[in-house]
Amino acid sequence: MNKTLNNKAWWFVFPVFLLVAFNALIPLMTVVNYSVQETFGNNEFFWAGTQWFTDILKSDRFHAALGRSIFFTLVVLAIEIPLGLAVALTMPKKGPWVSVCLILMSLPLLIPWNVVGSMWNIMALPNIGLLWHAITFFGIDYNYTRQTGDAWFTLILMDVWHWTSLVALLCYAGLVSIPDAYYQAAKIDGAKPWAVFRFIQLPKLKHVLTIAILLRFMDSFMIYTEVIVLTGGGPGNSTTFLSIDLVKYALGQFDLGHAAAMSIIYFLIILFASWLFYTLMMRNQES
Amino acid sequence: MGGLDPPTQCATSLVRLVEPADGGLRNKCNPFGDRMPLELKGLTKKVGADIHIHPTDISFADGSFNVLLGATRSGKTTLMQLMAGIQRPSAGRIHHDGRDVTDVAVQKRNVSMVYQQFINYPMLSVYENIASPLRVAGLSKSEIETRVGKAADLLRLGPMLKRKPSELSGGQQQRTAIARAIVKESDLIFMDEPLANLDYKLREELRDELPKLFAGRKSIVFYATTEPHEALLFGGNTATLHEGRIAQYGPTAEIYRQPNSLTSAEVFSDPPMNVAEVTKSGGTLRMSDGSQWPAGSLSTQLADGTFSIGLKPHHVVPVTGKATGAELQGRVLVTEISGSESVVHFHANGKTWVSQTSGVQPIKVGETVRFRADLSHALFFNTSGQRVL
Amino acid sequence: MAKISIENLRHSYLSAPTRDDDFALKRVHLDWADGGAYALLGPSGCGKTSLLNLISGLLHPSEGKILFDGKDVTLATPEQRNIAQVFQFPVIYDTMTVYDNLAFPLRNRGVAEAEIKTRVETIADMLELSGTLKNRASGLTADGKQKISLGRGLVRSDVNVIMFDEPLTVIDPHLKWQLRSKLKELQQRIKRTMIYVTHDQTEALTFADQVVVMNNGEVVQSGTPIELFEKPKHTFVGHFIGSPGMNFIPCEMKGGKAFVGGASVGAVNATEAKSGKTELGIRPEFVSFAAKGLDADIVKVADIGRVRIVEARLAGGYPVKLVVEEGHEIPAKKAKLAFDAERSFIYENSWLAGAAR
Repeated sequence: MNKTLNNKAWWFVFPVFLLVAFNALIPLMTVVNYSVQETFGNNEFFWAGTQWFTDILKSDRFHAALGRSIFFTLVVLAIEIPLGLAVALTMPKKGPWVSVCLILMSLPLLIPWNVVGSMWNIMALPNIGLLWHAITFFGIDYNYTRQTGDAWFTLILMDVWHWTSLVALLCYAGLVSIPDAYYQAAKIDGAKPWAVFRFIQLPKLKHVLTIAILLRFMDSFMIYTEVIVLTGGGPGNSTTFLSIDLVKYALGQFDLGHAAAMSIIYFLIILFASWLFYTLMMRNQES
Repeated sequence: MGGLDPPTQCATSLVRLVEPADGGLRNKCNPFGDRMPLELKGLTKKVGADIHIHPTDISFADGSFNVLLGATRSGKTTLMQLMAGIQRPSAGRIHHDGRDVTDVAVQKRNVSMVYQQFINYPMLSVYENIASPLRVAGLSKSEIETRVGKAADLLRLGPMLKRKPSELSGGQQQRTAIARAIVKESDLIFMDEPLANLDYKLREELRDELPKLFAGRKSIVFYATTEPHEALLFGGNTATLHEGRIAQYGPTAEIYRQPNSLTSAEVFSDPPMNVAEVTKSGGTLRMSDGSQWPAGSLSTQLADGTFSIGLKPHHVVPVTGKATGAELQGRVLVTEISGSESVVHFHANGKTWVSQTSGVQPIKVGETVRFRADLSHALFFNTSGQRVL
Repeated sequence: MAKISIENLRHSYLSAPTRDDDFALKRVHLDWADGGAYALLGPSGCGKTSLLNLISGLLHPSEGKILFDGKDVTLATPEQRNIAQVFQFPVIYDTMTVYDNLAFPLRNRGVAEAEIKTRVETIADMLELSGTLKNRASGLTADGKQKISLGRGLVRSDVNVIMFDEPLTVIDPHLKWQLRSKLKELQQRIKRTMIYVTHDQTEALTFADQVVVMNNGEVVQSGTPIELFEKPKHTFVGHFIGSPGMNFIPCEMKGGKAFVGGASVGAVNATEAKSGKTELGIRPEFVSFAAKGLDADIVKVADIGRVRIVEARLAGGYPVKLVVEEGHEIPAKKAKLAFDAERSFIYENSWLAGAAR
């Protein structure tokens, strides 16, 4: 639908333009600028062309980090989406418990990311943390600072703890908006709970789930703060995701050109994946 | 078709369908001579490849009450939003009082709208709700008070002025919305199925009040509805809409009795009109299943050929004994007897017919009953759907 | 199919109702035969939807009993009661085809696929849905979707009663006529008990054999459409049924005769009126213009096609409406009105004088 032109309205949009310019456009342009040049810091620049890009795409280190990011994202999505949905389904729809549940669910979302990292760091620390005691109590050798598997386990557990409630809250909002008549009709048709879920709740939650998956994909693929606080990318490089590797290049080695090119590749991957995902879901919608 | 005063001309002959270069049909009508405050010139709305409103030329007079009648998705809402300036046309111009207002923003057009949903400011009292457009216009306190008082009286909201919309019944909520629409004396007032969400009896009440409300005002009022019955009760003018085209526009009773096309007649009949194929040759009308009716006086009025005959249900009545003229004999499928009227669905001459009569007809399902079709009120349409008699 | 008895049913949405006003439904007593078509008619908030939900088992009453074929089902769930319901807004399973939608209640009950096929096809044929069986149900128009909702009730052979909760709300007038007569035809053909809830008198009167008129949580009158039209027991029914509603004109009673503005008018039950506020009730259909009668001014004439509705005003300022058929003359300003004495009734404190309540 096209609306009537109203020139005054542009002034209302203007602050957003400024914001987007400072937030996205100017930094992005700086990054693009760096990505095609070589510099050693003392304000000397040499033209590098696409050299950085070809280097990165051929580099094993990049492939390994990318692989870790993808794997982490997939595992996190595979756990959080079904779990969040399950939690939403068990939440009460009416009564005084609704607000209690909603507040409890939103608590993890209110905690700053670095605090989340620190909390889990303390929880999992050998000989000190509650989590360490709980796991070793069962005779399991658990040390996330030394063993790769344990580090991954702790990271995934932390992310699930932190973000499942977001999925649950989104699904809950979707669930309560389903009119009662659907449940009544299903009751009358003799549908079992599984059929109610499969044929009413799931189809009606499609939009919400699309949004939930998209949000969780972008967030988990770009995860940085919690990981750097908890494992710092280690042990070794075993939890060095793309974001962490990027910072290592940029601030650790001060390899600005390389880091800039990597940022752009990173950005394009996320943009492409989100676009692909969104288009697929929407096409599904129409047919 | 009787006298040819200007409105009649429009209803019967001035509405002509002209084939423009782009192949679409154009609606043309100007029944009001020089008084033409709101004029649409080739107004068109396309969304992607879909044409929502075909090129439309029409004008509406000052103080006129115009019913836009058509089924869901026939273009009523789109047309109103185009005229109000909420949507922009893909092509064509809108003139108001001789001024081109196509590009004027809706905020500057002095229009009011009433929707199917009861839309009021939930935090404001009824008084403040009604006063809101006047406050925006910057009227004095005393002026606002008088005007709100007058509007509230007209809509019988006097005792509710201090309440919040949530404390009102559906009918009162919609009255508040209507009061807000009339209080600022807009040039154009648009009402999009405002009574659809109300109870039957409340609807009846408001249908009675609405025309009285607008009588003697200068505003041009548009009222969209799917119900032919509503159009008839309001009188005024009616535009029949079908698939994004205005089929016909003119005085309501005129459009009802003298439709120019099969489309217009079908849009404006409730219960749906009986339509059948007939072939006229000399003194007989032959139906598609072979049965025949004597053409009577039609034999001279109608040329030979194939037509669609349209018979409104109340022109098909049950008869006892031998019927003269056009007779239908058939098995009764459904009877709907409400006390005030009887609607009988029956099967005859290879199709289903509907008969509507006053009072209680002692007819049972499964019986074979004789009906008489009143050919003097029958409408005839040629094969392209144009009315010929 | 079942005979439905409702005994002293009361329902309140409050946990501890005390006053009469706390009840959404105030003592309802009804007996419905097997295979009949019934309608619950009344304005919004009259309790008709509550009553429907109590019968279907979606709600349980505060007091009283509901019996299906003499068996107490007051606390039974909707599945146990074997009912079907069509809601105001079409409820369909979006992801399924029309066929799967219709088959759904049968599959849930473990019916064999071969039998499902025959039953679904029969019902689809009845509802004129045969051509769309393979289509996705979500692509259908509103009336098609309502037919599916109805079809899901019809495919089951064990259904005791099919309930309709304002099923034509979202349907356009033209299709409303078709769907309404289709419903009526089905009812007359398959003879299943059907209960239809609506605020629209036309729908109730044309569909049902027996209409229950409700107001303020109470049944005001239950009767055939013709009874309700011709002899309403209460002014509310007179007003609510018929379009326009019944005329009620204040009258004086003297020696078993009714007088309007000093002139004597005949009424069927004139001798029954005892005391209280008396009104003469007459349908607009039974008022006519005559050479002799009550003086009246013509206020407004509305041409609604088949008939014209005339608004007149009697000498005392009382409004009277008339329904005049196409082809009859209407006087320009002044007229004399005649009331059909056989169709005139006296109402005493809003109730039909002399009638048992």
